[in-house]
Parts: sequence; C-alpha cells; structure tokens
Amino acid sequence: MQLTRRGALALGAGFAATMLLPFGAAQAAVDEALAAFTGGAAIGEGGITLTTPEIAENGNTVPVTVSAPGAVSIMLLAAGNPNPGVGTFNFGPLAASQSATTRIRLAGTQQVIAVAKMADGSFVRTANEVKVTIGGCGG
Amino acid sequence: MAENVKPRVRVPKTAKAGEAVVIKTLISHPMESGQRKDKDGNLIPRQIINRFTCEFEGEMVLDATLEPAISTNPYVEFEAKVPASGSFKFTWYDDDGSVYETTEAITVS
Repeated sequence: MQLTRRGALALGAGFAATMLLPFGAAQAAVDEALAAFTGGAAIGEGGITLTTPEIAENGNTVPVTVSAPGAVSIMLLAAGNPNPGVGTFNFGPLAASQSATTRIRLAGTQQVIAVAKMADGSFVRTANEVKVTIGGCGG
Repeated sequence: MAENVKPRVRVPKTAKAGEAVVIKTLISHPMESGQRKDKDGNLIPRQIINRFTCEFEGEMVLDATLEPAISTNPYVEFEAKVPASGSFKFTWYDDDGSVYETTEAITVS
C-alpha cells in the first residue's frame, strides 16, 4: 500500500482522535457529576478556596482542604479518577465555618475540582492541579 | 462487617459559648474502592463508609457523602460551634449496612 499525503493525514487525525477519547470520556463523567449537583445552573468563580499539595508523593492519601464561607454544601471531584466523585459535605446550622479537611485518593496527576452551593442558591467552583508520583487506585 | 473498625474522635473538653471548635475524626476502615483486583485477577468488591454525620444535641453540624476516592481510614476535620454544654454524636454508615457510632461530651464554660 502506498501512503499518500491524504492517507497520512487521515491516519494522523484518527490517531489524535483515539488519544483524545479517554480524556473525553472522563470529561463527560465530570460534566455529569457537576450537572447532577448544580441542576444545570451556571457556575461562577471566587469565594471558594481549595488547598491541595502541588506534588503528592503518594496518591493513596492526598490531604485536601476546602473552604467556602456561606456555602451550604461543597462537592469535591477528581477529574482523572475512574469515578470522578470524591465526596460531598453538607453543612448544618451548627457548623462554625464552611470548611472541611479530608484525605483522598488520586489515580494520577490531575485536576481536583471543588464546587460549592451557596446559601442563595448560586454555585462557585475552583480547581487545582495535583501532580501525583504514585497513583492511588490499585490495579 | 469490616474488621477492627474503630472510630477515633478528638473534641476539645471545654469551649466558650459560640466559639468555633475544631473537631478531628478518623475511623479505621479499609475503604475498599471496588477498583482493586486480588492475586487471581478478580475484582475485590467495594466496601466503603458512604456517609458520615456529626450532630450536636440533635442539630446537624456536618453531613458528608463519601465516595470510593476517600482514602483508607477516612479522616474528616471540620469546625463546629457549641451554644451550650452537651455532646456530639458521630455516625458512620458502612456499605454493608453497619452503623458505627460514638459520642463525645463538651462543657461550655
């Protein structure tokens, strides 16, 4: 088979599409989780702080702190995990501050996303990139 | 029921009324994610703590939904305000239906 210029281009495009596919699937799962949490409402920026290490040596326990004054609930997502959901914190009337710290698993270097639902029904989000040396989802 | 499940909670003994107190909780639990495989290549079934709640005298402080991405021995730290003396009630809900509970008293001076 002779490789024509057109054939080579098509091949290249096909290869690029396959490479993008896993990323696309993960993105769809994240979008789905976001839509389930917000009910399709627009998500703003600001008013939420996510503290993560820049580099996590062990993806099995990555300390994460999230804080959003005035929030009623905060959802955490890990965009690169097999399932993007990490957890949701719902704050009751006796919570002194709308913040929580926990330890999470990350399968690899990826974005950690936090979305907060404010008392007035609006949503804000923030995201941090965490570099992971050893992934934490077994296998 | 997972073995050796032991909740550990740290709450200050005393506080001023309305003051924010930091509460640290940890429960020893494998949090089997359902993604891992055993030696023969079979999936190990998921078994995690899927919900954690903290109440103070019946009023909610924190109600958290946990997913498999929470680490082994799930640790949660948060702040609560205490209007009067009383006790915190911590509850963990396991996938297999077990419920683990512990209470911790606090005195308001």
